Amino acid sequence: MADETTPVAVAPAPPAGGTAPGAAGGITPAAKPAAAKAPEKAKVVAPAFREYPTIPALQIDAMVDSNPYVSAAVHNEAVGFPGTLVDGWEQKAVAKMGELLGKYRSLKVYMDACVHCGACTDKCHYFIGTGDPKNMPVARQDLMRSVYRRYYTLPGKLFPKLVGARDMTKDVLDDWFRYYNQCSECRRCSVFCPYGIDTAEVTMAAKEIMDSVGLGHKYVNEIIAKVHKIGNNLGLPGPALENTLEGLEEDVLEDTGAAVKYPLDVKGAEVLLVTPSADFFAEPHVDSLIGYGKVFHAAGISWTLSSKASEAGNFGMFIGNYEQMQKIAMRVREAALELGVKRIVVGECGHAWRVAYAFWNTLTGIGAGASDPFAIQLQKQLDPNYKQPSHICEVTWDLIQAGRLKFNKEANDHRIVTFHDSCNVARGSRMGDYAGGQFDIPRNIIKAVANRYVEMSPDTTHERTFCCGGGGGLLTDELLDLRIKGALPRMEALNRIVQHDGVNFMATICAICKAQFTKVLPYYGFKMSMVGGVHQLVSTAIVLNNEQ
Amino acid sequence: MSVLFAILFYAATLILAGGVLYRIYDYARTPAPLKIPTTPAPTTTGGVAFRMFREVVFFESLFKSNLWIWALGWLFHVGLALVLLRHLRYFTEPVNFIIAFVQPFGMYAGFAMAAGLAGLWARRFLVERIRYISTPSDHLMLALLLGIAVTGLLMKFVMHTDIVAVKTFFLGLMVFEINPLPAHPGLYLHLGMVALLMIIFPVSKLLHAPGLFFSPTRNQVDNPRETRHLAPWAAKFEAKN
Repeated sequence: MADETTPVAVAPAPPAGGTAPGAAGGITPAAKPAAAKAPEKAKVVAPAFREYPTIPALQIDAMVDSNPYVSAAVHNEAVGFPGTLVDGWEQKAVAKMGELLGKYRSLKVYMDACVHCGACTDKCHYFIGTGDPKNMPVARQDLMRSVYRRYYTLPGKLFPKLVGARDMTKDVLDDWFRYYNQCSECRRCSVFCPYGIDTAEVTMAAKEIMDSVGLGHKYVNEIIAKVHKIGNNLGLPGPALENTLEGLEEDVLEDTGAAVKYPLDVKGAEVLLVTPSADFFAEPHVDSLIGYGKVFHAAGISWTLSSKASEAGNFGMFIGNYEQMQKIAMRVREAALELGVKRIVVGECGHAWRVAYAFWNTLTGIGAGASDPFAIQLQKQLDPNYKQPSHICEVTWDLIQAGRLKFNKEANDHRIVTFHDSCNVARGSRMGDYAGGQFDIPRNIIKAVANRYVEMSPDTTHERTFCCGGGGGLLTDELLDLRIKGALPRMEALNRIVQHDGVNFMATICAICKAQFTKVLPYYGFKMSMVGGVHQLVSTAIVLNNEQ
Repeated sequence: MSVLFAILFYAATLILAGGVLYRIYDYARTPAPLKIPTTPAPTTTGGVAFRMFREVVFFESLFKSNLWIWALGWLFHVGLALVLLRHLRYFTEPVNFIIAFVQPFGMYAGFAMAAGLAGLWARRFLVERIRYISTPSDHLMLALLLGIAVTGLLMKFVMHTDIVAVKTFFLGLMVFEINPLPAHPGLYLHLGMVALLMIIFPVSKLLHAPGLFFSPTRNQVDNPRETRHLAPWAAKFEAKN
């Protein structure tokens, strides 16, 4: 690999420029697309729809030029990582791998268990969209497995060629940076692996190792630094947030005649709502925030947002860093304790819901069933009659079932709706009381508020859903080509029902999905306004008390 | 030669048992700090046991994934299981009635095993994606298993060996006596390859067998909101807060 093409050799990269309109975690709310566009952007086009979705032929190195910007020293250091690639990084990376092998059973088992059966090879949306063999899940894992075998297995030490083991070299590191930043950690491959090998676990470990030797991804590390400094991914300070919420109250009053409140930092409220910061200003995200407020208003539940925890997203997960993930999640615990709330509810955000549902109890004690004082301190404050945390869809569906919400379904009749299962919700979390509730509850809500609903092909929904193409910390403009290509399988499934059933609205419950589709839909010939939130539909149809 | 094979099998058995036990201990002692079951996942321990049963016995995820790999892989593994059961007659006297019952099935299972292996190997040449991910060791592993199956079938159907003497040899090994092993090239080849397979088991991808039971995406109960799950190394961070 020529040195000038290697990402790591590059000095601090140019600014990431504008993120997608309303990117969950755009650089700043005011960020405009950078004037100087990277040259490759001129040729960014969507791949053609395939008449029959067949498995693509391999195109070696098709995505070898897809590199995210390398994090500048200032952003790495703000998160506690070395600023630039450290001396002796080879040994340090291998040692870090050893440390992670001792801390994560998933990584240890997944490094050993793969038999190269090939079951996963055609399951990744990035492989389907690009044909690059290193985007096959097993090949992506092998980028790390080859190094694992070299340093941590006997056959790899004795006969590296025989078992495909490689030294940790600059070429290997460059491939890691490229291709572990072409994985959205969506876990689709883990559904199909006979041993449940989850490439997301490998990708997270690789990112953790790269960060630990000073090779970070600018977009993600910059955002994490922002969350610590300001409280949310977008760097939206408290007063701006207050302004935005007041503006929303005025808009809703004008539209509906109802005095719906969007409260901030209200002590003693029953519910603390934690939502992705994109909900505060981005289209279509804000329409769902309006919807949450209307639901609480109609049900007469007192609620509040928090300026301290004004972000549900947790990019600590994307880089596989437990301490960062915990630190980011702790803001929510602290806000809950300060505000004295009885319930914690999470807004429409995919990876945030995975972290909240699956990890918050572990990380911060937000949950139930603890026996240690740290967790009990919070758990005795929370109302045990509700699941802690709850998803906003669980809240709304419970209220619908209890007959506490009324809808004018005809208000949504201009829409023919479908539902895109967001990967982290579908394969990394649950809603309700039974396995698979995360599929039924959002659909139940949609069917309760809209008359016209159509499913996409079952190969692309529920646990088989395809990632939007922008998850896992890849929602940044320098990866636009990858994002467009990665959206191909979802766009094909959508296209089929657009052609056949006239679908004109794709509902989803993830801020990244919303931002990604808003950006990518036009490349496939769709309107960007086709995508929206489930609570956007709720907002349209809900009958507020003041109107009666 | 008998002494050589006796030593080989003692060594292979020690390496297999010691190696796999160590691996299991190693997997068991490594914490899984976060709840990461691939959902939808069972919400009870019983449900997880049932999920694991379906994975181990029917290869459920593989079935969802790719029917060709599933059919060939399942054929091979079921064939192998029956063949192994059939071979237990070399290690027990009197022979258990279940093992006696399995004998004819085990015989045909040898063909199923070989057919499954041949199909899986063919995929490594014929399917571009699988050719790309295959390493030399992937091919050698299939060659070794197929070699074992073919030499076994040859001894059954073409060039018989004195299986009574073979049984005497192995029963003897179990009480630390070395009895004569029939001088038969097919048998030497068969046993040599079996011993090699036993030796490489703990350092190869054959670890998928114990690994499956320790895979957090498959063996965890989906109940993170109801119970607090905390790894010892992660609990240390908490003390700081």
